[in-house]
Amino acid sequence: MNDETGGTMPAHDDHDDSAVATRGDQVPDRFENPGLPAHQHRMADTDAKAAKRAERQVAALFTLSMVGTVLLLVAYFAVKLEYNNMSFVESLDQLRLSNQLLGGGLAIALLGIGAGAVHWAKTLMPDEERIEYRHLQRGTDEERAEATAILKLGADESGIARRPLIRNTLIGAMAMFPIPALVLLRDTGPMPGKHLSETFWKEGIRLERDQPGGGAVKASDLTLGSVVHIMPEGLEEKAEDLLNERAKAAVLLIRLEPELLAAESVPGSYNGIVAYSKICTHVGCPVALYEQRTHHLLCPCHQSTFDLTQNCKVIFGPAKRALPQLAITVDDEGYLVAKGPFSEAVGPSFWERG
Amino acid sequence: MTALAARRRHPLATALLVLLGLVITGMAYAAVLPGTADAAGTVSQDVTAGRKLFQANCATCHGMNAEGRNNAPSLVGVGAAAVDFQVGTGRMPLQQSGPQAPEAPRRLSDEDTTQLAAYIASLGAGPAIPDAAAVDPASGDVSRGALIFRTNCAMCHGAAGKGGALTRGKYAPDLSKTSETHIYEAMVTGPQSMPVFNDKTIDPQAKKDVIAYLDQINSTPNPGGLSLGRIGPVSEGLVAWLVALGILLGFATWLGAKSS
Repeated sequence: MNDETGGTMPAHDDHDDSAVATRGDQVPDRFENPGLPAHQHRMADTDAKAAKRAERQVAALFTLSMVGTVLLLVAYFAVKLEYNNMSFVESLDQLRLSNQLLGGGLAIALLGIGAGAVHWAKTLMPDEERIEYRHLQRGTDEERAEATAILKLGADESGIARRPLIRNTLIGAMAMFPIPALVLLRDTGPMPGKHLSETFWKEGIRLERDQPGGGAVKASDLTLGSVVHIMPEGLEEKAEDLLNERAKAAVLLIRLEPELLAAESVPGSYNGIVAYSKICTHVGCPVALYEQRTHHLLCPCHQSTFDLTQNCKVIFGPAKRALPQLAITVDDEGYLVAKGPFSEAVGPSFWERG
Repeated sequence: MTALAARRRHPLATALLVLLGLVITGMAYAAVLPGTADAAGTVSQDVTAGRKLFQANCATCHGMNAEGRNNAPSLVGVGAAAVDFQVGTGRMPLQQSGPQAPEAPRRLSDEDTTQLAAYIASLGAGPAIPDAAAVDPASGDVSRGALIFRTNCAMCHGAAGKGGALTRGKYAPDLSKTSETHIYEAMVTGPQSMPVFNDKTIDPQAKKDVIAYLDQINSTPNPGGLSLGRIGPVSEGLVAWLVALGILLGFATWLGAKSS
């Protein structure tokens, strides 16, 4: 320990001792209000040049806004959106240019006004701090007595205490008023009935390609690794509620080596061709991402993965049930047909599913 | 035995093993080589040359007679189209094993690819390489192609053909740089995870329509100015949250800051 540190350390220790003493013995009853920190003036308050500069900046922002407005107007009239003598690609180009200029002009016009106003308020408008104390929440006793008297007078004048018939019928009317709301809930729709459990598929309906022109599918059309997106034949003509029926009836037809199929999916298959509902049992997205080497079916929404070689059992993801299989066979002409409806409801779970 | 085990981490052990492997491979190659002589008399020159190329570049995984082994599939009956696709896009010869063979710079020339394709086609009937007329986008119907693409392809490749993820590291590749012939070949052969779309499930005209659709979307400018990868809500959301919210936060900070 040398002289220098010897000289400073005791002084520091003294200071610490006094602090401990204050803490231990002399805690004041109240702390003094320290008040607000000293006000610091802005550059623009003290320097006339800075104030002039801020003024010019605000004016420049407002001028920028005017430029934006002019740009918007010019773009509206200058960019022609007459598609008659343009190709599709050219018309898209024009539309893009128009959108960008209109949007850019509007953005500059509004941003200039807003930013200018904020900059003005921050740099040039008065900057001193003021204190406004809150008034008491509670009214004075006179005010409170006056209010009570007014309410009492109202009750007396209405005669509600003297005329129980009126009072009781009023209570009855108020109590009954919400009942229609419950009745109106019925109008949110009929109960689904069997619509969720049944699809368009019936015995003997041919499997048709889900594409323009359709066309029934023969078993011989599929090679190993083939995938065909299927709708029931006659759906477009016969379905009463086409979009809902389409949504339920979607089927994926896949051919793989017959020996890979699980025993329980063999009865509904034909020479290694299997048909499964395309509607995910989680929340009903179309499960159509088929990996032909791993025989996994992936749902793009939440990554539920179904293994085709295990009767479409869920092997990953949030789905809880396997995809229902549509049992298929071939008819006399070699076309694939459904052996019957799905054995269980397709798609996500619902209350009455059981 | 213990002496050998003790030296298995010796720096030279790896080099020794590689040398041993090379010697064994060379001997195996020499042992099979005479087999080509009696076959060469009846088949064309391309097939003979292709067989040599196959044994030099592909046989390690696919087997000396393309019979396949372990993870490498048999190539009997995959057809010339599969070879032209896999080798023409640089996916094969495979450079390293992984979830999926990625597109890569080509390692075999056009001539080598043709010879290899002729050899594989000679092993069993399979899809042939399509001619130029079969893949001409000008003779396809763009809007019908869009419908077919959305039903059969978009779930993996995305509605704009920009590709997407599959399970466990596999993915559907971006189609924007894929040639028309390779798109056609991928449909008929079903490479890797992709299912097969033969001429019965998607007929040749429909394949042309799909090619015409892809050609159209790849040449269409982006109406918004930026494509953001055309992968939909993910990139759009990223821009909205990071860029737009960042700008808003910047303004909020400026509003709250005291002027100097």
